[in-house]
Amino acid sequence: MNTSETKSTQASEKPAATADQSLRPAMDIFEDATGITVLADMPGVPKEKLDIQIDKDSLTVGGEILLDMPSGMDPVYADVRKTRYQRSFTLSRELDTEKTEASFKDGVLILRIPKREAHQTRKIQVKAA
Amino acid sequence: MYISMNDFGTSLFDELRRLEREMSSSYTWPSPIRSAPRGEYPPINVGSNPDRIDVYLFMPGVDPAQLDISIQQSLLSISGERRLISEEGADYFRRERFDGSLRRVVNLPDDVDPDQVEALYKDGVLHIAIQRKEASKPRQIQVK
Repeated sequence: MNTSETKSTQASEKPAATADQSLRPAMDIFEDATGITVLADMPGVPKEKLDIQIDKDSLTVGGEILLDMPSGMDPVYADVRKTRYQRSFTLSRELDTEKTEASFKDGVLILRIPKREAHQTRKIQVKAA
Repeated sequence: MYISMNDFGTSLFDELRRLEREMSSSYTWPSPIRSAPRGEYPPINVGSNPDRIDVYLFMPGVDPAQLDISIQQSLLSISGERRLISEEGADYFRRERFDGSLRRVVNLPDDVDPDQVEALYKDGVLHIAIQRKEASKPRQIQVK
């Protein structure tokens, strides 16, 4: 169990156990006042083969690539040599993972993990003396 | 006190050697002269059988109507753009997704029929199937 607090980044990456067998999807991750958004490129994964696991302190995004390939095809050239994607992150406690929202379209996964109300950034106004 | 990179067992040279190994093991097929180096966007896979050539381009989140797909002689070229919307005022931790103009050229065999091409965009993969010319397909010959 990893108890060390992540500092600036609230989602820190874990080395994937199955790194050799899977592709690491390219991701954009950004944070605003109310939460963290993760965008992941997973082309070739149909919606029903997408696998997102999230709990209090970890996020794993995975998916199986299914290509519509006629039988008896010889692979002549392949940049993509693996049939699944996987990538994991540890999450910090202020993220309200139960309220995570996900959408998946044309191979792009968008995950929105909101921060708990108490942790949302508030602007502090300085009053004139 | 400083900590040497070597203490982690992953010195720069180890890393270079690993890359070299990966490069040499991945080039099992002879590369066509117009092929782009690995890492070029979008990644492609090509399959072939006696009836047709199938090209798969891994380009998620692209509007297929904005793509320019053409075949000239035996060259299939695909070009277009993928523009990402940048979130204003947000702190980015990672920006790995491709953003910009894309282009790939695939050298097809001489016997493809440029009039029989189908392209389908599904789950972020553009699948282009090009039939071979009838005359060049292998035929079963019956002995009477």
